[in-house]
Amino acid sequence: MRVAALNFKRKARQSLRNARLQSALGKIQVRFVQARAEAIAGLDDFAGVKRRATEIRENVLASLDAWLEHFEREATRRGAVVHWAETAADANRIVIEIARAAHVKKVVKSKSMVSEECALNDALEAAGVQVVESDLGEYILQLAHEAPSHIVAPVLHKTKDEVSDLFAQKHALPRKTGIAELCREARDILRPHFFSADMGISGGNFLIAETGSVLLVTNEGNGRMATTLPRVHVAITGIEKVVPTLEDAATLVRILPRSATGQDITNYVSVLTGVKNPDESDGPEQFHIILLDNGRSAMLGTPLQSMLRCIRCGACMNHCPVYQNVGGHAYGWVYPGPMGSVLTPLFAGLANTLPLPNASTLCGACAEVCPVSIPLPDLLRELRHRQSEQDLRPRLERLSLRLWVWLALRPRWYARATSLASRVLHGLGGAKRRLRWLPGAGGWTDGRDFPAPAGSTFRALYRARKIP
Amino acid sequence: MSARDTILARIRQASRGGSVDTAAVIGVRQCGPQPAPYADLTARFVERARRLASTVAHVGSRGEVPHAVVQYLESQNLNRAALCWPEFLDLDWIRARITVAARPPEPEDEIGITGAFCAIAETGTLMLCSGRDTPAATSLLPETHVAVVARERIVSTMEAAWALLRQEHGVLPRAVNFISGPSRTADIEQTVTLGAHGPARVLIVLVG
Repeated sequence: MRVAALNFKRKARQSLRNARLQSALGKIQVRFVQARAEAIAGLDDFAGVKRRATEIRENVLASLDAWLEHFEREATRRGAVVHWAETAADANRIVIEIARAAHVKKVVKSKSMVSEECALNDALEAAGVQVVESDLGEYILQLAHEAPSHIVAPVLHKTKDEVSDLFAQKHALPRKTGIAELCREARDILRPHFFSADMGISGGNFLIAETGSVLLVTNEGNGRMATTLPRVHVAITGIEKVVPTLEDAATLVRILPRSATGQDITNYVSVLTGVKNPDESDGPEQFHIILLDNGRSAMLGTPLQSMLRCIRCGACMNHCPVYQNVGGHAYGWVYPGPMGSVLTPLFAGLANTLPLPNASTLCGACAEVCPVSIPLPDLLRELRHRQSEQDLRPRLERLSLRLWVWLALRPRWYARATSLASRVLHGLGGAKRRLRWLPGAGGWTDGRDFPAPAGSTFRALYRARKIP
Repeated sequence: MSARDTILARIRQASRGGSVDTAAVIGVRQCGPQPAPYADLTARFVERARRLASTVAHVGSRGEVPHAVVQYLESQNLNRAALCWPEFLDLDWIRARITVAARPPEPEDEIGITGAFCAIAETGTLMLCSGRDTPAATSLLPETHVAVVARERIVSTMEAAWALLRQEHGVLPRAVNFISGPSRTADIEQTVTLGAHGPARVLIVLVG
């Protein structure tokens, strides 16, 4: 997927005016925010589980090399093939090589954000392999040629009517209007693909080092089909997803669905280990696991390392006042919301993603709900700091900051300047004591009035009240 | 240098050589906080399973399973041709007027009858292990999934289920599937619809 994060402001403005999108986004509050709150309340010791989940993820990152090697050893022992990919292009090349070697004509996919990160579908199609997305949301996006707008609910931005129109047009069947009928139609259309596909591609929510297994959490059952029926299974995931034991996986599974959709557990949790035995009637003959770096290892040992704890639940975006209003597409890449505003700059470059670290009020809701305690506002602040240090901020902003620094280092001038500004703005505020426009701060006053200063500065008041 | 070596070298450099004995850490088997023990495992399991839209039937003995199944099939107006795991071939399906076959599923099969390795009270979940006589597709492809579970196989949590599996099997089967109710999707307008790609109905028959 191409990174298009530089247009954040324009796209955000369009989103705010898009009534359909606003009505779709309105569902976040009940379906995600309230559902999560209820699920968390139903857990005996949420704080303890969260603490342990954080510890598990952080401990793995401290010795990631050893855990990856342990995972590779166990997975290989069970007959899986482990591949390492430095970049997205490498990952795509590996999948295509596997497909060619196994004479694969059709791939059926389960939802995978890492494959979106790699734009794997485009690469496979360019190599002459047919790709069918089977997660309902991802299937809708494939038909509509659109990108996901949420990492858990990829078609959050679409209304039922849009899906009805799309299906009627693409399936050449009578237009359905009920959600259940639409799901049924997709099920019927997709079912034969599971049987005819030569390869199934999935992501991997966790890699379990102890057993060399890939753990998948899914609801629709398509993930199970894509990893059970085709003769080749390729799981593609990030190197940071490894956890030591099945017990650790149990702790994380206790907190991931609750944080994501408010479910106590997803419909299916599948732990897949190795290839099928000769006496088994189902399961893949080949199991390939692709471990993608793509900028992840560069985050280790830096102030941004904690971002690698992320388990992709989406709670940060569900609770973000910016995401709740502008939706995922404004962020311009696979990962939206606060976690995306940290990840996208690191994967795509700071200069290509300037608006993202600033697309946050730093209210802290994201850090509050994160099941693995990632201090997202701190990370966003760190990226803002880097933008500034690398002189990536706009000229006018840099100049004004330099001017402010100059002034702030000269207290007498600073006092005079602020006192003058305060008086002028007080005068401009008039009887209502509000300013509708402020030079240089149009972005702020476009949406609300600026309260006019009282006319006197703190220093002046302090001096006046000081007891001699 | 291979991609593997490059990535591992980068990680080692970043984490400044902190090493860990992975086997020793695994050996500790540290568990996170788990729910307080349930006074009644069965009651908790049934309550949670029903909340996930599974149907639960109780029977006193294994021999009564076909009767419970046919009652359910009738209530749902379903056909009486089912697929089953071989372990249930010995039951008296003929008297319940159900035809069963123990073979891998075909696209047109409507009912799949399986056992379960165990069940988990915390979440109302079934744990199924794949194998020669326990194919994973039987619980996945047919629209109706019937799972027969002995009451004494209900454990409290997923951690307890892993411990039981280690004790009885040693190694993991190719696929361990935790199943919590009928398949569902909420992709369109975040409205839950049952029967996405997997089964639309799950009947759990508790034996004992």
